[in-house]
Formats: sequence, structure tokens, C-alpha cells
Amino acid sequence: MNTLLNKKKEPIDKLAAASAGGRSLGAEALRRMLRSPVAIVGGVITLLFLLLAIFAPLLAPKDPQVRYLQDQVVLGRGIIPGAQPGFPLGVDDFGRDFLSRLLIGAQQTLLVGVLATVIGVLLGALIGGLAGAFGGWVDTVLMRIVDVLLAFPSLLLAISIAALFAKPSQWTVIIAVSIIGVPIFARLLRGSMLAQREADHVLAATSLGVKRTTIVFRHMLPNSLGPVIVQATLTLATAILEAAALSFLGLGDPDPTRAEWGLMLGNASQHFLDIRPELAYYPAIAIIIVALGFTLLGESLREALDPKNRR
Amino acid sequence: MQQLRLTRTRRAALIGLAGALAVSLSACAESKRDESGGGGSGGTMVFGNTGNPKMFDPIFNDEGETFRITRQMLDTLIQNKPGTADLAPSLATKWTPSNDGKTWTFDLKQGVKFSDGTAFDAKAVCFNFDRWYNMKGATAQSQMIYYGDVFEGFANNEGTTKGQPVYKSCEAKDDHTAVLNLTRAKGAFPAAFTLPSFAIQSPTALQKYNADKVTGSGTSITYPEYGYKHPTGTGPFKFEGWDQGNGQITLVRNDTSTMPQPAKLDKLVFKVIPDENARKQALKAGDINGYDFPAPADYGLLRNDGEQVLIRPSFNVLYLGINQGGPNGAKLANPKVRQALAYGINREQFVRSKLAEGSEVATEFVPKAISGYTDDVTKYPYDKERAKQLLKEAGAEGMTLKFYYPTEVTRPYMPNPADTYTAISEDLKAIGINVQPVAESWNGGYKDDVQQNSKQDIHLLGWTGDYNDAGNFVGTFFGRPKPEFGLTDQNNQGIFKALADADAAPAGDAHTKAYQDANKKIMEYLPAIPIAYPTPAIVVGPKIKGVVASPLTDERFDTVTIG
Amino acid sequence: MLRFLVRRLLQAIPTLLILSILVFAWLRSLPGGPASALLGDKATPEKLANLNHVLGLDQPIFVQYFKFLGRAITGDFGNSLVSARPVMSEIGTFLPATIELGISAMIIAVVAGISFGYLAARFRGQVVDNVIIVLTLVGVAVPIFFLGYMMQDLLSTPLGLPSQGRQAPGIDATVVTHFAILDGMMTGEWDAVWDAIKHLILPALALATIPLAVITRITRASVLDVFNEDFIRTANSKGLTQPVVRQRHVLRNALLPVITTIGLQTGALLGGAVLTERVFNFRGLGFLLAEGIDKRDYPRLQALLLLGALVYVLVNMLVDISYGLIDPRVRVR
Repeated sequence: MNTLLNKKKEPIDKLAAASAGGRSLGAEALRRMLRSPVAIVGGVITLLFLLLAIFAPLLAPKDPQVRYLQDQVVLGRGIIPGAQPGFPLGVDDFGRDFLSRLLIGAQQTLLVGVLATVIGVLLGALIGGLAGAFGGWVDTVLMRIVDVLLAFPSLLLAISIAALFAKPSQWTVIIAVSIIGVPIFARLLRGSMLAQREADHVLAATSLGVKRTTIVFRHMLPNSLGPVIVQATLTLATAILEAAALSFLGLGDPDPTRAEWGLMLGNASQHFLDIRPELAYYPAIAIIIVALGFTLLGESLREALDPKNRR
Repeated sequence: MQQLRLTRTRRAALIGLAGALAVSLSACAESKRDESGGGGSGGTMVFGNTGNPKMFDPIFNDEGETFRITRQMLDTLIQNKPGTADLAPSLATKWTPSNDGKTWTFDLKQGVKFSDGTAFDAKAVCFNFDRWYNMKGATAQSQMIYYGDVFEGFANNEGTTKGQPVYKSCEAKDDHTAVLNLTRAKGAFPAAFTLPSFAIQSPTALQKYNADKVTGSGTSITYPEYGYKHPTGTGPFKFEGWDQGNGQITLVRNDTSTMPQPAKLDKLVFKVIPDENARKQALKAGDINGYDFPAPADYGLLRNDGEQVLIRPSFNVLYLGINQGGPNGAKLANPKVRQALAYGINREQFVRSKLAEGSEVATEFVPKAISGYTDDVTKYPYDKERAKQLLKEAGAEGMTLKFYYPTEVTRPYMPNPADTYTAISEDLKAIGINVQPVAESWNGGYKDDVQQNSKQDIHLLGWTGDYNDAGNFVGTFFGRPKPEFGLTDQNNQGIFKALADADAAPAGDAHTKAYQDANKKIMEYLPAIPIAYPTPAIVVGPKIKGVVASPLTDERFDTVTIG
Repeated sequence: MLRFLVRRLLQAIPTLLILSILVFAWLRSLPGGPASALLGDKATPEKLANLNHVLGLDQPIFVQYFKFLGRAITGDFGNSLVSARPVMSEIGTFLPATIELGISAMIIAVVAGISFGYLAARFRGQVVDNVIIVLTLVGVAVPIFFLGYMMQDLLSTPLGLPSQGRQAPGIDATVVTHFAILDGMMTGEWDAVWDAIKHLILPALALATIPLAVITRITRASVLDVFNEDFIRTANSKGLTQPVVRQRHVLRNALLPVITTIGLQTGALLGGAVLTERVFNFRGLGFLLAEGIDKRDYPRLQALLLLGALVYVLVNMLVDISYGLIDPRVRVR
């Protein structure tokens, strides 16, 4: 008996079970979601963020790398120019247009979040898939490792991993953050495979003599997609927050030419909170809203997929 | 219901147990607080240290966090005049070299006692020199960083080092004359006698608490009790206690001291607060009376709050290293390319915009406060067009440079490496050079990679001087073949020789002149680009009087009063 | 019960062993390394080579590992590179602070979380419920270090609460166990107790946000579940008064999932503590860890990671046991 671990596994397993229902149920879930205000708010925030991230280079009024007002920044006297014509949100400590950097930051932030999540999904799929496909002792050993990873506090895990790289970069941050997702997705995909083994459509395909690989790739994987997307939405929120925490601890992306919200927040909250707090507030608000959006969307998706809510 | 009652009894049992435990513990936990109180009226000053000290035997130490504290307790033979890097008498009232520079005679101050009551005399001085020279154990020797640098070898070199000792012997001519015999002259003397590592400590205490018993295995080095509980010197303060949990080191006035004068404060407390913001908060809240290294951006706010921000004269240099032995070594060996980099970096803008008040653009590798500095060197003011032109002439347009910079570190000479990297790399991009950044953790191998493995084209590094000797700067950088710059016996164009000659030149004007010549040569050759002389600061509360900011972070708190 | 405990501890050994090998190998394979950290800024290649030799760091890695393991079994994890003190004694000094902070945060989270959750459930669909739900969602989305800074800026001065450290100057409390509150009570230094509590409030609040949000939501869901169950309806129809039903049945039955959540969040607190302790200069394990990372203090990191795993195992066991105590249906085997 391991109550704690079970508690952590429970929502994952529930989600995995949902894939047994097949695609028709996904459509039904979607319909149900559209009626929930929470889901709509989450969806709208997420959609806006995605659009912003994609079109950021077009929307940004200025080049985010050019140090327009560097000559007016005098850190030694605590001067960072504030809002003024041409720079609606002022500039950062390099005299770069802050609005443009915030906009481009959406792209960078999404990039870190998505890449971390995707790597988490892929690694998780690999482990979960192997465990599910081979079964037996492979399954036992792999899932044992997954359990240990799952048990470890996620932020601590990310910190430990980030600290172990000698050369920090955007990639080390992505990898450190992606590790959080690995055990979750591994368990999710394995559970989803197991759940489908007994599902009607798979049994039908098997009895028709369809090859096993075909079943896995044509039927099982597509059906797992729903739960994976739900979990990915939730993981994205965590990933963005933890990337910011790593930046704060000095383990983040070391390249300040890059505009990423976590990096901007980590820097500004440590150095400029007293002289230009906006430099911390804006990215903080952006992070909070986006994390909230992904969480709302993810939670309501999960609820919609929960078989218990189907009547 | 049955179950509820059970829980209650269980709870009662638990409370009883806890109570018993508390009683038994408190038997040995009596309040010890009423000891202090009353007495002098000098008050207590609490100072915010930026990091944890290691322990307080300075001979096994090499970093400022520890020295800041040992300086208040342990005196050296010579000290720095407050606020400068000039020499001033301390335990020695006079120091005289022989003509060949191999003998130093110290006239010692009389009537001085160690804080354990034993007398300070020539025998005690010689005891300390002999202790260092005769130190046993490879581990102990490996940790005597400054001794290794200055005196180079031991009576018995253990481990793999093979330095020839500079020290020969020490004789106590009479009670207050100590004569130090060396095997050869060295330019570092007499300034090196000011190093806090070479503080004179009480022979009695050193022996009583087995100060030399340093052991090591695996990744552990274990120091004897002496450095943790009984550091004993002649300074204005003496050690009282170290509260590890709260990170607090307490010193009290040393009433037996006449060196250089008894402290005015009753008590001096150092509180370790690594986070810059937390130090600021603590000062605002009145928890501490001052702290080290405030962020440049905070100077104005701190002053508005009535705090005193004291700017230290720069004893630092920040430079951009250029590696002629790295991936792009062939191109960087061309003087035109190196000059192009120098012209292409807007150092004026960087210093004005990003560094603390008082910082200046560096024109050479020696800060102004050091003898050997000269204004008469080749200068490379910002000139973007000229930089582009030079690159064109050298056929190096569009080259890609691997730019190494460290993370997770701030140093007095390098307040914010990532910022410095950003400013320089953007400037380089503007003259058509592609920059490939490589960030590496300071303690995770940055120094190994740039100083030994020579993987970089250009990199950030710098230096804080230990004492007033130009050789401590340029000699360290360019005095011998080094993978960091790709300087070799073939390509150094006489720099090695100029520096060797300067080091050997007798102290005084000749010494200064020789280093000025060497500096001119270096800036013409341009093996690296000096960026700035950053000025770290120290901040103290409105009521604190008597702190004099020192270029060497050698602030003594014996003169401090709280008004 | 005893056999259960022993078995669980034995089960943890292979996990810890594998973890120790991984951590050891990874830390040692990194560039830089202990010698470089020990020698600091003025290190030269010759000095590094010498120290590596002196400390035996040039021996084969498995030899080094077995030496490490041999010492680790006796509780000797070596000395910190930063402070030169034995890592275990450092942990002994700093752990109490984190325990104090963690317990305070957990008390806040549990008391407030259960109350809010219960309130939300009772007024399901009404304004109270919606406000609480929104707050819990936002609470999880705020970067905890930023929240800490905001509290320092906005709450510290108006409430007269200290914003950093564990002790005000001049308090100079007698140290017995390093548990500031406990020490003060034992020595009768009541001003020190009060001072310690004041220093705990802001960091504990910051650290409590995430568990508070999670516990609120779990309590709400769990109370709603119980409301719908048959025996509550029965109790209601039996004519039991509302408060009795609430107290005796609803909360008690809703508590089970909440307890597991508390256990889970206790683990997660360790992660949050790294951030909170840094912001508030609160000298606990997170502080120790952050400093260890900064300075690449390998012995300290090694010990902390392994200790973290051990603590997790222990917390897990505790939750299992308390589960058994609360719910007679679950028996500890």
C-alpha cells in the first residue's frame, strides 16, 4: 500500500481510462465543454496567447533586440526610462522597448513550455509504450522508476537536474522542466493502452485479424491523444511557472538577449523591484494569466472527459 | 465514539511525552542571556556579510568573506592606510629591506598583547613564519593559497607541488626586532606582508588548539577547533561566538589590545545574508547597520533613506580575454582584428549605463590606485567605422567568435556577467561579427575551460588586487605562457621579459617606471581588452560614523561609533 | 505495525542505493569539481592537480564511490565545501528551520484550506463558492518567489512583520535544538518565542499558497461527494440537526482524501521552500540547497538529495499509518 503515490496516480489513471471510450465520446466531451463558462474563459485565454505568440513578430512595434535608449539608462543612479512616446511601457535595463519584448516574450515562453511538454510526452510515451508493449519484468522495472520520479517533488527535481548541467542554456532549462512531465505521461500512456486493450473497438479489430502494430498506431494512439492533450495543457502551465522559478534561482536561460517572461521576471524581481517594479509586474501578470488559462482549460477538459460526468 | 475517545487518550499520551522531553531538555537549556549587558557604552554594530566564512585561521583561507572578519581580530605586520592601498605601520613600526632585498628587518611595536594575555614579541612573529614554512601534511599545504603564491614552497613540499621556498629563516634579534631571511628577492614585498593570511596569531593558542591539524579525504577537509572557536590575535576585537543556525558571528572589544587602538564599539556582529535583496530589506528594517556590495541600482534609494553609500576606489579590472590559441586563433593573432574588437566595443556606454557610480572605462590592466599605472598608453576609443575598416583590412568580416561567459557568479570586478556579455555581444554584432555564446557555471568548470582548456575565442574575466603591486595584476595575466590568451614564448613580443624585469626591479621609482613601460607594451600589443574598473560599494546606516571605504575591502571597524 | 514499518524501510533501501550511485556518478563526472570549488578564485592548474591528488580524487570513480558509501552508511556524508563543516551537522542545524516553516505553512494551509473548501461546498454555486474557486486557481498560477517579494513590499511594513531572517537583532536567543520557538519555550525566553513567530508569518504565508489552494479544492470536492452520499441523506432524514450532521459525518468522511493531499503537499513544500527561504533569507534546508547549488557544493548536494528521498519515504509511511487510524476500513498490513 502506498497511499501518497496512489493519490498522485489517481487523476492520471482516471484520465487514461477515458481513452477507452473512443473518439465519439471525445466529441461529446467537447460539446459539454462548450457549455461551461470556466472552459470558455480558459479556452479564450489560451487561444489569445497562442495567437499572440504566433504573430508576435508582426505585432511588436519595435525590434526587441535594439538598445534604443541605452544611453538614457543609468543604473548607477537607478534610472530606467519609463513610458514615453514610442515606448508605451518604457524600456528595460538595456534600453530595449519593453512592449515589444513582452510580445516576443509570449513566443519564447510558449516555446519553452511547449518544447518541455513535448519532450515530456515523447519520453513518457517511449517509457510508457515500452512498459505497455512488453509487460512482465520490463513493465515492473520501468514503472518502478516512473513511480520514483513521480514521487519526487517536481520543482526539486527540476532544480536538481538544472544544477547538474555545467553549461546552462535554454535547452538545459527545457530538459529540466520536461522531466516533470515524463513520469506523468509514461503512466498516462501505459494506462491508456491497457484500458483500450479490453475496449470494444480494439477487440473488434483484433478479431478481424488486423495486425498488432496497426492497431496500436491506427486505433490506440489516436484514442490516447485526448487524455494526452488534456494532461499537456496542465503540464504547460506548470512548465512555464517552473521555468520562471529556475530563472529566479540563477539556473535559468543565461542569455539575457532572449525575451522570455520567466527570465524577465526572475531578473527584474531581483534587481529592479524598487526602481522600476513594472519590469517585474508585467511579465508576472502575463505569466499568471497564461498559467491560469492553461489550468482552466486543462481542468475543464479533464472534467469533461471524466467518465463519471457522463450521464 | 469508541474511536474518538481512543484518539483523545492517544493525544494526551503524546502531550505528556512531549512535556517530559521538554523538561529534560530544558534542564540543560538554561538561558545564558543575562551574561552581557551593562558595561561600555559603545554599542553594537551588526554588519551584513555576503557569504559564509569558512573558519577563522586566515592562513588556510583565501576569500574576502572570511578576511572581512579576521581583519578585525588579527593584525598583520604592515597594514593598508585606511582608504588607500598605501602601506602603514601595524604590528611593525618600521620595515627595512637589505640592499639585495633578501633580508627584511621589522621593528615591532612594544607592549602589545594577544587577546589570550600572552605577549606579542619577535619570538611570536618568528613562530608564525616558522609555522607556515614547516607546515606538515599535504592537505594543510594545499589550502595555504596565499602562502603558496607569495612564499612558493615549504620546508617539505608534500603532494605534487614543487615550489622552491622563498622563506629561509626568521630570527628574533631582541624582543622587538624580527629579522626575516629570504632565499631570493621578490617584488611582492613589502606589500604582501599586508595580506590578511599573514596575520600574526598567538603561539600559545595555536599550539593549545592544534591549529595545524588539517586532515582531508574524499571531498572533505576538516579543520581543527582553533579556527572555529579560538582565533587569537592582537586586534581591536576578539572572537566570542559563531551561531551557525542564524549565520551570526559575534566579536567583542578586545580590552587587552593597544593595537592600533581599542575599539570604540562593545560588540561587532556579522550576519551572513547571501541574497542582495534580503540584505537591503534587513538594513531597511534596522536588523543590520550596514552591508557589503549593494546593487548599483539601489544607491539612490538607499541614500534617499538616509543610508550612507560609500564608494570604494577601484582595485579591480574587468577584461575581455582574447584567445590566440583557440578555434579562431589564426584570425585573432592578427593585431588588426584585436584592435577592431577594442574599437568596436562601446565601453563608455556600458560603464555609464550599467556599472556603479564611480566606475571608469579601463585603459589598461592596472587600476589607477596602483603604482605602475600610466595614462600614457595606446587607447582605443569607441569607433564603429574604424573597427569595420580594420576587420575588412584583415579579411575577418563576418567571422564567428565563441564568446564564453560565466553564470551564477558576481564578483567585485564582474557585478553582472550576463549583462556585460549582452552589451559586448550586441556591439560586436553591430560591427559585423557573429557571436556564438557559451554560458558556463562559474563553479561548474568555467575557469577550467577558459584558463586551461582554451576552448574560447573571447571570454569575460577580471581580477581583484590583493596588495599594491602591479605584478599582482599584469604579472598574473601576461607574465608567462598561458592557454587563456594563447600567449607563447614565440608570440609575446617581449611582454614576458618586460614583466620579469619589472618584478625584479628594486622597490620604488624604478619598479614603478618598469611597470609603466610594461603596461605601454601590453596595450600596444593588446593581448586582451580591458573593459572597466568597477567600484564596489559598502553601505552603512545614517548613525554609523568612522567607516572608511577601502579599495582592498579592508574596512576596519575599530574606529566606528554609533551616533 | 512494527513489521510493516520495517518492511517499508527495507523496501526503500534499493531505491536509495540506486539513487546514490546515480547522484554520485553524475556529480563527479561534471567539470569543475570539488577541488576547484575548494580552492576558489585564485586556483592555478598546479594547485588543482595537487589537491585532487591529496584528496584522492584522482582514484578510479568506483573506488571513490565505495569509500563514499562506506562513510555514508555511518552517517558521514563528508564536509561541505562551502563551510568545511560536516554536512550532517549542517543539516542538523538547518533542518529545524525548515520543519518550523513547513509546519507553519501546513497549519495555515490546512486550517484555511479546509474552512474555505467547506464553505465553498456549502454555498455551492453562490458568490462565496465562485470567489474561492477563482482564488484557488490564481493561487496556483502565481510564481511563489514573486508572491514573496510582493508580500515583503506590501505587507511587511503595514503589519509590522519582519521580512527576512529568523531572528531580530538583540534577541540573541539561547540555542538548544535550533527550533526557535521550542528553544524559547524551554528557556523561558518568551520574547524570543514571539520574535520567532513573527519571523515565520510572511514566509509561511507565501509557502502556504499552493497547498492552501489544493487543499481547498480537494476539501470542496470531497465534501460535495459526501453530501451526496446516502448516509448523509439518511442522517438528515432521521432528523439529526444540521450542525451534528456536519460535524460528525460530513467533515469526518470528507477528511480522508484531504489527508493524502496534505501528505502530497508536504513533499511539494520542499520545492517551494527553496524559493521562499531564499526570498526571506530564512536559513533552512532550502537556503542550504540554494547555496550548495550556487557554489557547486557536491557533498552537500549529495546528502540533501538522498535525505530528500528518505524524507519522502518517511512522509509516505506516516500518511499510510494515519490513513489506517482514521479509516477503520483501511488496515495497515
